[in-house]
Amino acid sequence: MREIGIEQLLVVSTILFFIGIYGFITRRNMVTMLMSIELILNSVCLNFISFNKFLHPDKLDGIFFTLFVITIAAAEAAVAIAIIINLYRSFKSIDIEQADELKY
Amino acid sequence: MILNITAVVPENVIIFSKLILVLPFLSFLLLGITGISKFKNYSGIIGITSMLITFVLSAMVAFKYFFNFGKAEDVFQKILIYKKEWLSFSENISIDMGILIDPISVMMIVVVSFVSLMVHIYSAWYMKGDKRIKVYYSFLSLFTFSMLGLVLASNLFQMYVFWELVGVSSFLLIGYYYDKPQAVAAAKKAFIVTRFADLGFLIGILILSYYSQSLDFITTIDRLTSESEFYNNSIAASFIGISALTWALVLIFVGGAGKSAMFPLHIWLPDAMEGPTPVSALIHAATMVVAGVFLVARLFPVYALSSYGALNVVAFTGIFTSLFAALIACTQTDIKRVLAYSTISQIGFMIFSLGISGIGGENGHGYMASMFHLFTHAMFKALLFLGAGAVIHYIHSNEMKDMGGLRKTMPFTNLCFLVACLAIAGIPPFSGFFSKEEILAAAWQSNKTIFFAALFTAFLTAFYMFRLYFKIFWYIEPLKAKAKSEGNLYMIIPLSLLAFLSIFAGFVPFNKIITSDGKAFESSFHFTFSLLPIAVAVTGILISLYLFKSKNNKPAIISSTFGSLIKTVRNKFYIDELYIFITQKVIFSLISKPSTWIDKNIVDGAVNITGNATQTFSEKIKKIQSGNTQNYAFWYISALIILIVIFTYMYY
Repeated sequence: MREIGIEQLLVVSTILFFIGIYGFITRRNMVTMLMSIELILNSVCLNFISFNKFLHPDKLDGIFFTLFVITIAAAEAAVAIAIIINLYRSFKSIDIEQADELKY
Repeated sequence: MILNITAVVPENVIIFSKLILVLPFLSFLLLGITGISKFKNYSGIIGITSMLITFVLSAMVAFKYFFNFGKAEDVFQKILIYKKEWLSFSENISIDMGILIDPISVMMIVVVSFVSLMVHIYSAWYMKGDKRIKVYYSFLSLFTFSMLGLVLASNLFQMYVFWELVGVSSFLLIGYYYDKPQAVAAAKKAFIVTRFADLGFLIGILILSYYSQSLDFITTIDRLTSESEFYNNSIAASFIGISALTWALVLIFVGGAGKSAMFPLHIWLPDAMEGPTPVSALIHAATMVVAGVFLVARLFPVYALSSYGALNVVAFTGIFTSLFAALIACTQTDIKRVLAYSTISQIGFMIFSLGISGIGGENGHGYMASMFHLFTHAMFKALLFLGAGAVIHYIHSNEMKDMGGLRKTMPFTNLCFLVACLAIAGIPPFSGFFSKEEILAAAWQSNKTIFFAALFTAFLTAFYMFRLYFKIFWYIEPLKAKAKSEGNLYMIIPLSLLAFLSIFAGFVPFNKIITSDGKAFESSFHFTFSLLPIAVAVTGILISLYLFKSKNNKPAIISSTFGSLIKTVRNKFYIDELYIFITQKVIFSLISKPSTWIDKNIVDGAVNITGNATQTFSEKIKKIQSGNTQNYAFWYISALIILIVIFTYMYY
């Protein structure tokens, strides 16, 4: 059985990233879109961790950044849910296609 | 010429002459800026007080000038008693604010402040109970301030500034009854016509200052009347065969002609009678309309010594207008309009008298006569207007047909009006006789054609003035004396004072004090010469006596005999119609309409095309902004991926 190398980790990270992108673009439900964003963030975190472990094992920068991302993702989730609730109050729906008045 | 200040000016005269300008302005500010109800009941008192002080100060300045400090070596000096550089364009040319006193400006401040004082007092009676009386008094003060500033100006441009201020206050006062459409139209007409003429004045000022390298009166006159490089340059430069100096002077005269209602710019003055009658007396008879005469007199040495052509223009415009207006005056039926045309005619007298004059000693006879007539005319014309105001106040109509037989009910007005009519007709010993006599004598010495035209005008003057007089006070049987009074003290005082001056102003020795070169000269007064003008005037009076003393059909017979001729004159020779034809048919359709077309279709068109194209384009592309967040995200990510691919290929 082969050792898990950086390539495998990056492939997983890329797949996660594009699943997130796909979800973000295709899902109409805003909560699902928020979840997709979490996926994107997690893929980025995985990237940080992998590069830190395989390229600069003597440093901890990647790990710190990952901790930052997790913290900020938590805050971002709070803000995003607040926005979603407000939108729901205005449109009686959390369908992103209903909220298209900000144009022209 | 007179340049250096040799006379010693007493300190208090300097202060007085500044106060003469400051006081009316202060009263204008006080009445004009404070709210509508404040001082409302005192506005008359405030206006009259400030004007009374101004008049007293003017009289003191005049007295001191003529008897105390004005003379140096037997010559009245032009004295610049105050000067402040206000705007300087180059080393030489600057707009100054200053006070220049010489015989004519000193005479003018006395005339202006005196007539203005009379009108202020009279208005307290005439305008009593008017809602906007405070505004009225503030406008009167503004007018007086600007007129005094105009006559005291030391600088051509300063004069121009006050000249326009005079125009504005005239506009405000003509349109005082702003709810009357005719008054509004008359105000606009007056302003536009005089403004149009002022364009000539401005161009004239610019040409003159370009060649004399100065805007200052004393310097300009000095440089353009002596053999200097300035003079030679201005003579050498020419346009269509006429020297630049002549052009400048003619253009300046155009400005003066506009203000003084000379043909063909006279059309505004009769319409200006829509204003309150005291205003007509002050502005459109006694003071503002002589601004043009004053302007020519102020620059007179330049006209007389350097440009004979311009002086001829002045002379012939004057005599033509004089005769023309006198003819129209014979047929008008609105009493204020008769007086308006008589004003135009009399100002024509002053103008042509300047035009035929030379400079220095006996040659300057016309100049002296013109100033003399200006002085006496201000008195009797103000009296005529104030008298007419009293009649209008009594009858509530301007039309002659509503009047007649008023001599029993208005004995005081009758007397004053008679005095003024005798004065303007030139019957000795009333003031108008002396001044008109001087003008006719001056005309006799220089130009016989002008003399006979003037003589005929004098005849017409006597005729139409007495036609007016008889139509108002005689014509029909006197009405029973009504209980209604003629007027109170505010009306009686100004009329009596003006009547007194109309009788005695002719004895002022103008040939000693106001002459073209400042030196006194002996006026050759021949009684034999004056027989002819007196005879002519008496004939005029007798004809009106015959026609209009009592109601009869003689005037009707005469007017039907000369049917179309009389009709033409009654319609003022169709000058107004001609103006309308020229402006509407010629200027509007040939110049305004094509230029409007160009403006609308080419100038605006270019702008519109640019705007429309931008709008259409943005209309097309704005659909990209769908408002759909996922769309944006999709485009963003697609672009990102494309860019990544491109950069990857470019750098690896």
